[in-house]
Amino acid sequence: MKYLDMTAVSRRMNFRLFKNKFAKVMFICSTLFGLIMLAILIARVFTQGIGWLNLDFLTGKLSTDPDRAGIMGAILGTAWLMLIVAPVTMILGVGTAIYLELYAKPGRLKSFIQTNISNLAGVPSIVYGILGLTVFVRAMNMGNIVLAGGLTMALLILPIVIVSSQEAIRAVPQHLSEASYGMGATKWQTVKNIILPASLPGILTGAILALSRAIGETSPLVVIGIPALLIPFPSSIFDKFTVLPMQIYYWTLDSSLVAEYAYLAAATIIVLLIILLILNSAAIFIRNKFQQRF
Amino acid sequence: MNTSMDHNIKDLIRKNKESQKLPKITEKFMPILLLIITSVSILTTIGIIFTFLSETIEFFKRVSVVEFFTSTTLKPLSQDPEYGVLPLIAGTAISSVIAMLVAVPIGLMTAIYLSEYASERVRKIAKPLLEILAGIPTIVYGFFAFTFITPILREIIPNLEPTNILSPGLVMGVMIIPMVASLSEDAMSSVPNALREGALALGSTKLEVTRRVVIPAALSGIIASFVLGLSRAIGETMIVTIASGSSKNFTLDVTQSMQTMTAYIVEVTSGDAPAGSTIYYSLYAVAMTLFIFTLLMNMLAKYISRRFREDY
Amino acid sequence: MSTLTINKNNNFQQTNIISLKNVQPRETIYDVKDLNLWYGDTHALKGIDLSFFDKEVTAIIGPSGCGKSTFLKTLNRLVELVPGVRTTGLITYQGKSILDQSVEELRTRVGMVFQKANPFPKSIYENVAYGPKIHGIRNKKILDEIVEKSLRSAFLWDEVKDRLHENAYGLSGGQQQRLCIARCLAIEPDVILMDEPTSALDPKSTLKIEELIQELKKNYSIVIVTHNMQQAARISDRTAFFLNGEVVEFDQTDVIFNNPNDQRTEDYIRGRFG
Repeated sequence: MKYLDMTAVSRRMNFRLFKNKFAKVMFICSTLFGLIMLAILIARVFTQGIGWLNLDFLTGKLSTDPDRAGIMGAILGTAWLMLIVAPVTMILGVGTAIYLELYAKPGRLKSFIQTNISNLAGVPSIVYGILGLTVFVRAMNMGNIVLAGGLTMALLILPIVIVSSQEAIRAVPQHLSEASYGMGATKWQTVKNIILPASLPGILTGAILALSRAIGETSPLVVIGIPALLIPFPSSIFDKFTVLPMQIYYWTLDSSLVAEYAYLAAATIIVLLIILLILNSAAIFIRNKFQQRF
Repeated sequence: MNTSMDHNIKDLIRKNKESQKLPKITEKFMPILLLIITSVSILTTIGIIFTFLSETIEFFKRVSVVEFFTSTTLKPLSQDPEYGVLPLIAGTAISSVIAMLVAVPIGLMTAIYLSEYASERVRKIAKPLLEILAGIPTIVYGFFAFTFITPILREIIPNLEPTNILSPGLVMGVMIIPMVASLSEDAMSSVPNALREGALALGSTKLEVTRRVVIPAALSGIIASFVLGLSRAIGETMIVTIASGSSKNFTLDVTQSMQTMTAYIVEVTSGDAPAGSTIYYSLYAVAMTLFIFTLLMNMLAKYISRRFREDY
Repeated sequence: MSTLTINKNNNFQQTNIISLKNVQPRETIYDVKDLNLWYGDTHALKGIDLSFFDKEVTAIIGPSGCGKSTFLKTLNRLVELVPGVRTTGLITYQGKSILDQSVEELRTRVGMVFQKANPFPKSIYENVAYGPKIHGIRNKKILDEIVEKSLRSAFLWDEVKDRLHENAYGLSGGQQQRLCIARCLAIEPDVILMDEPTSALDPKSTLKIEELIQELKKNYSIVIVTHNMQQAARISDRTAFFLNGEVVEFDQTDVIFNNPNDQRTEDYIRGRFG
């Protein structure tokens, strides 16, 4: 006697195949849902903002009058902020990655530092804001200037830069450093002349992606206390400043009072998204163009 | 061939070795410098814990721990202030639950589609697009929730308030979809093909293979992605700050405005609370609670994915 | 046994291990005494005693996993890069323990060529100039001379002289390996350690490198690890046979191949020549 009744199996098979088809449609719909939301979001922002986006808006000063308002101050503020964030995170991030990957001996200390870094990567950005407020703005008495904001943002993206730099360094094959050591090169000579140049594209890609995260971050700066007031363009790292996301935040909040502010916010979002797009393209370009195949 | 140089190189190298003191100093100095740089990330953690702890202790000298964790009223600005954190925890919990109700099913199904059903070509297009979704700044989602989703929802639910917890919760869910999808997809793609082929060869449909073989094998990674998504929702600030307002309601009614822990922190710091006031210290007590919550979530996610990892 | 006619020293009449003493005495450059090495708990090298002689090619043969590459890396202390390695015993280089000199100094005098060609991701020129540069030679004219001379010595100059500033990864596998040899020659070491330098190459490139080794022997002492016994027979003056981390036999190459003293050596060589 047969255990399987083939007619019953094939009768059930139709139902099983139908379930499979149905599920597949559901899975496709889910995937499309995310993509459609992305499309709606971008379409919404563009239809609202594009009409307000012109040269006067880009180069103008902040104003409470929607027709005269411009975002040059916020663009400059973002640029000044990056002037702090980029070098500080690069030095700290790459330095830490070199230490962990090439100098630290495996053991308790190394795994403690590594765990600490991965935990820091999961800390909400607003927590960094409070740290910056307490340490830089208040304890060091800097006030809410570019330097304080930049250092706060640098600490926020530091774990990302460290981890991506570590990956880039780890990707440099052992036989390259062996060849260098084999010629009598010292450790630092090998690091400086062989390992760092070979891992540079990877390090840069990670750093640019981390920077674009910092450019879009709002909450740490809200907490530090970036004023909603009209302030002059920043011209040094000791000036007060505002950035694009902050401007979006204030205009969105106030759009219930002045309807046009929503359009200004949308126009600013377009500018912000374009900057992020450029940075991400640069990162992808570097990754594809300079990544060595060893 | 020039052989006159034969001993030149050796001699040159030897001479250089004797005259160069700099490399030796660099060699000694660099590890120390790098260790100092590395200590910054540890100092950051110490800084967070130390400042939060000391200010929180100060807060609990003024407000009792019991009141903080059991009172359902938060009225820091009233004449007779009350400091109960429960409304904030409720706001955080409800917005996070709404977000996860969106992100978990859709993220998981997206992951299943990309890992099990989609062709290589579709995957190559869809994954970067989802990464864009993940790369959009949260402030943009806040704008989207407040000026687009809320008005639409108010057409459907007439008694929805202009600021409410529902709309930011939903949008936060959309924001977290890519995170859940990509982490779950990673877990599913690392299930070896041999397992799939074994089940397919017995006449299983793709759906059955996914449900009975792939998901169980990738479960730890999938659950870890949910926990990380939840942690992200708990710590999310701008969407809820913009779209949910600042009413400290202790309720389950999602049509109302509620405040999350993060939004409270923004409100207090934007209000320029004078240092030394109780409301200033309450900031740290709330931040400490938030910090511990998210830290525990992240550690839980790591524990799950490490502890229950399948070895193939 | 097949007839091996590669013998240069005309020592066919020498049929026992005493033959070692009958060759004209050369100075030893490396002396290894009772070397033991552990990877964690694995005893990888057991009581190695060997000597290498000036201006000679010594081949190290043996089945894979017998410790020959590890042994080679202990000679220039590269093995120290592997975590958890422990060694005992004494290795002297030119009469001085290798632990008593700075490791950079030692590796400057002892060059190494690796199993897989590993040029740096730099130009051909920069690859060769790397060694002189890290040792402080900055003068462009001297560097140019060194690069040309080293590339010539490695039989590579004519093939690359028009594209010195192109990336080294554009070269073929055999050319890359000769570039690595040129890079090694640029600091004029006394000894060159070669770790299966032709195992990843086609027969033609292999032949070229073997010719090169014969030429280099005039100025350098060479220790070469190889899994290819014909190669060892063709190019080496002496051969050491490694098995399970021990030296089974060390003698002149023709003795090892024609009249080995130890049964295991004979089995290995016959097995391979089958």
